[in-house]
Amino acid sequence: MNRTLGQRLLVALPYLWLLVLFLGPFLIVLKISLSDLAVARPPYTPQFDLSGGWQGVKDFFAELDFENYVFLTEDSLYINAYLSSLKIAGISTIITLLIGYSIAYALARAPRRWRPTLVMLVILPFWTSFLIRVYAWIGILKTEGLLNQFLLYLGVIAEPLTMMNTPTAVYIGIVYSYLPFMVLPIYATLEKMDESLLEAAADLGSSRLAAFFLVTLPLSMPGILAGCFLVFIPAIGEFVIPDLLGGSDTLMIGKTLWVEFFSNRDWPLASAVAILLLLLLIVPIVLFQRQQMKQEIGR
Amino acid sequence: MTFAPWDDPANEPLIELRNVTKRFGAFEAVKSLSLKIYEREFFAILGPSGCGKTTLMRMLAGFETPSAGEILLDGHDLTPIPPAKRPVNMMFQSYALFPHLTVEKNIAFGLKREGTPKGEIADRVTDIMRLVQLTDFARRKPDQLSGGQRQRVALARALVKRPRLLLLDEPLGALDKKLRQETQFELMGIQETLGATFVIVTHDQEEAMTVSSRIAVMRDGELAQVSTPTNLYERPDTRFVADFIGEVTILEGNVTTASRGSVGLAVLEGADDLHVVTDTPPPTGTRAWLALRPEKVSISKARPDADNAVLGKVLDIAYLGNISTYHVELANGSIIKAQESNRARSDRRDITWDDAVWVSWEEDAGVLLSA
Repeated sequence: MNRTLGQRLLVALPYLWLLVLFLGPFLIVLKISLSDLAVARPPYTPQFDLSGGWQGVKDFFAELDFENYVFLTEDSLYINAYLSSLKIAGISTIITLLIGYSIAYALARAPRRWRPTLVMLVILPFWTSFLIRVYAWIGILKTEGLLNQFLLYLGVIAEPLTMMNTPTAVYIGIVYSYLPFMVLPIYATLEKMDESLLEAAADLGSSRLAAFFLVTLPLSMPGILAGCFLVFIPAIGEFVIPDLLGGSDTLMIGKTLWVEFFSNRDWPLASAVAILLLLLLIVPIVLFQRQQMKQEIGR
Repeated sequence: MTFAPWDDPANEPLIELRNVTKRFGAFEAVKSLSLKIYEREFFAILGPSGCGKTTLMRMLAGFETPSAGEILLDGHDLTPIPPAKRPVNMMFQSYALFPHLTVEKNIAFGLKREGTPKGEIADRVTDIMRLVQLTDFARRKPDQLSGGQRQRVALARALVKRPRLLLLDEPLGALDKKLRQETQFELMGIQETLGATFVIVTHDQEEAMTVSSRIAVMRDGELAQVSTPTNLYERPDTRFVADFIGEVTILEGNVTTASRGSVGLAVLEGADDLHVVTDTPPPTGTRAWLALRPEKVSISKARPDADNAVLGKVLDIAYLGNISTYHVELANGSIIKAQESNRARSDRRDITWDDAVWVSWEEDAGVLLSA
């Protein structure tokens, strides 16, 4: 097949975009991660400089090393931060799935004329800035916050609970923020499910519960997987929520990264953390893409 | 002996509906309907869309509860029993096959729910797959099957449970015409082999005529007539039934004379009264309708020697190859359909559009209806 120049250009454009705006920055970060910390501006060495000629380039590459990565494995802080991120993202994903599935199920079973409105309500929070919504949770969760006042008023508790700056607050924040990403794909699969399948299951002798586990759940699996990946992947690298709600004892890799960059001004080490985070995320991303592909083919 | 358990009042029906009514809000989908269906019957419920036939079937399956009346199976009230516990299975119009399960697992689904032993499940599934010719497709998923194969999976899945009553909701609606006709005969064969009782819901009168032992014609939530296909065709009770089953010409007139078994019907002004033989002559002076099947009406250029003959003009000729249907317009504007089989190749070529022709029929050819 012969393509005209125009067609080639059209195909090349998105690749060019990815090359300039993704691969370029990635290479820069990779390079910084292999550099050393320096009291300079920018705060790392060596700097890439073509004025030294070929010898300059050779010297430049000779100075790059994996020191920072070795350091990451030596200090348990970083390993713990990675593991803790995985754990927090994992548990949040499970909680989001349980809540999200219930909401999606209720949406799909709601009267048809109500569904667009209800889906709208799920999406509605996106109209407000993410940051502001997370800040709002501080107002709810803090010691003299809305939730404590309400529970005190009801007489459920005698004195205010400490919720802010705990892992619980981080879980609440992540589950709240990422819930729509779980609800929407699951709703999409449930909504297009043929209702006569459940009647057929009942006709063939299934209880409602059995029909759910034998028919509804397996058929909504693509939505469940999509939702889980959409929550799990960004939750691992989450920075804003643990920073605002989690306090100092919640260790997450996104936060560690920020501290290295902006508090310690250790750009090379921060870059190494970022590269490792990327590698960590590649596994679930590839799994997600494979699953999406399989679904495409299955159609 | 012919199969006609409904003629013997001593026979107990398998299914009996007693004054069953179903209301959706203010709308009455089924109106105080009573019906008996016997063991081994292939019973068709026929009617135009919206006549309540699907609601009736869903009540038999247990997906809808009657607003009033009761449904008995073997003399026991079926109404409080949920669909999962009824010895009744349904083949859905959409087939409702489980897309994530193979053909084999779809068919085994119901048996697994009853807790049938594994070995028996395997045997029964194998047997039924052989019966519906699906053995080669056991490991396929529903989306890898053709429409006809899916239809057979749906049938096998419902049949494997050995239901007392199998409900089929427009079972062949999704198939093309040729396949549909083949499948009709397959269905009849399977029903006979298994000796099962089938209830089929359809809007296709040809399908109902082909497969069933008896047909219930429904209209607006009520039964218009319940009878054998032959009876419905030859002796319809009402104009609705006559018109719904097959082609018909209906002539309206006044009853002029009514003596034992024979009635005179004035249809055309200035022409002779039509002679009709009937068991139940209506009183003179009332309105009545004569239903004439086109194949019982002859057409000719010369006045024939028949009980009834009227003059008209050929308006239209529908040539169908084996038969031709002539639409003949009478002086009062009403149209009589006459059908001739084209036995000789150039037969009837002498009659063409706008010709003045005689249409004729014997006095026992039509049915006199008073409703």
